[in-house]
Amino acid sequence: MAENNGGGVPTVIADDVHIVYRVNTGSAGKGSATAALSKIMRKGKGDSPGVRRVHAVRGVSFTAYRGEAIGLIGSNGSGKSTLLRAIAGLLPCESGRVYTDGQPSLLGVNAALMNDLTGERNVVLGGLAMGMTREQIQERYEDIVDFSGINEKGDFISLPMRTYSSGMAARLRFSIAAAKDHDVLMIDEALATGDRKFQVRSEARIRELREKAGTVFLVSHNNKSIRDTCDRVLWLEKGELLMDGPTEEVVSAYEKATSH
Amino acid sequence: MSDTTHDGALATSKPPSEDAGLTPAELARKYGLSVSGARPSLGGYVRELWGRRHFIMAFSRAKLVAQYSEAKLGQIWQVATPLLNALVYYLIFGLILNAGRGMPKGAYIPFLVIGIFVFSFTQSSLMAGVRAIPGNLGLVRALHFPRASLPISFSLQQLGQLLYSMIVVLVIVIAFGNYPRLSWLLVIPTLALQFVFNTGLALIFGRMGSKTPDLAQLMPFITRTWMYASGVMFSIGEMLKGKPHWIADVLQWNPAAIYMDLVRFSLIDSYGPHHLPPHVWAFAVGWAVVIGAGGFVYFWKAEERYGRG
Repeated sequence: MAENNGGGVPTVIADDVHIVYRVNTGSAGKGSATAALSKIMRKGKGDSPGVRRVHAVRGVSFTAYRGEAIGLIGSNGSGKSTLLRAIAGLLPCESGRVYTDGQPSLLGVNAALMNDLTGERNVVLGGLAMGMTREQIQERYEDIVDFSGINEKGDFISLPMRTYSSGMAARLRFSIAAAKDHDVLMIDEALATGDRKFQVRSEARIRELREKAGTVFLVSHNNKSIRDTCDRVLWLEKGELLMDGPTEEVVSAYEKATSH
Repeated sequence: MSDTTHDGALATSKPPSEDAGLTPAELARKYGLSVSGARPSLGGYVRELWGRRHFIMAFSRAKLVAQYSEAKLGQIWQVATPLLNALVYYLIFGLILNAGRGMPKGAYIPFLVIGIFVFSFTQSSLMAGVRAIPGNLGLVRALHFPRASLPISFSLQQLGQLLYSMIVVLVIVIAFGNYPRLSWLLVIPTLALQFVFNTGLALIFGRMGSKTPDLAQLMPFITRTWMYASGVMFSIGEMLKGKPHWIADVLQWNPAAIYMDLVRFSLIDSYGPHHLPPHVWAFAVGWAVVIGAGGFVYFWKAEERYGRG
């Protein structure tokens, strides 16, 4: 498997990481409320009824080095986004450890902003939530708004976000998230948002961020953007690390496996 | 793109390293990496929170503004909602049930309005605390910040709401012939202490609610019981006349009743010190310190687990 980058400085080390989600299903399996109640009565200890365990990541280990851009590929639900969240320290590991250099940041387009607030307020709130100071936000405010292109069709930034189209909202979220420089940067499907014009702009911005960041992780279903940006790829399937190596090798194997 | 391939070529051509034999933990130690998502020390946690104070303030203000952003009357509801609430309780308890008996005429309405607003300050902080983590999982799973920011900014939001309600209170108090005097200033330390108490409560229930979201379903019943036991719409002393004295004392020592009675005592002329339980200020401070500090430590102890679904 991957023995590249022997002499580099490690920035992220994943050591046998397991992640388990506990999902409250409301009732234990099938049946009515009374059935659920009787199950509660019968069961004593262990996992409480109405809770299902989803073992999303199963024993993944790897070491990432400074200057690497690592792609994560795999089918839907293979644990890619979950693994990123664990690296960012946002999801606790069930067992195993993730060691990181500094505080990795997850650049997601899903970061929750408030729909009832204006775009303007969301820019400030999002920036503060990422740990920027008020001065930094003020300094970059114009850039963020311009980059998102929200105001191209009128003064939308002063309207509540619930009035935005889904594409516009995603663009604003990406612009806010991309406004900060990061040591270890993780990007979750960000390249797929917005129209073609915005995609080109965001790809350029990601390349820029990559140059400043120590290590970049990219989750994407778009093999082309993985090939364009990454020099190493981890292939996850059912929560397990199937392959880890140079981009071309892993992506070709992945394409072969998924083509039939 | 050419630069990408260059990186890759460079990477593979590096010589094998002396790190090859190290276990991940040893490697991490050698390069000074830290465990991701580990809980900071209590002092470090306080510093982190302080660093995010602008976020906490902005978040609570944003929540307060967002509350009525879909209504046509907008922010007027900040004042209209508590006013309508007071009206409903007055109809039922003041006119129909005559719960104000034993109180001088004119004292009951300010008494009731203060009770409702001060109690709902605690009640809504508690409810917001329960929903703080489950209601913001998107934020918790996307961004890294001390999680106590959420319950704290929710209780700040409720403090903002209360300040709007206090406008209504002051108008009503004056309308019933109680004019500003020095004791009105006591409202400030009282509400400050109550805020600390509420924040502690929100932190405690924030942790419990993150583990058991079902609490949100259960809380309305608990807070309603608490409300009726705290003398929001009747005077505990009057209602328990003839019963042993300690029962009234115990009920009046509960934090919600303490803060309510102190605000009433400060603002209503005819609500004299004989309506207050013994050692009232000691209890007001004690509740704030114990629940405030205890809640903070209790919440911090589970810091690294809040993202779990």
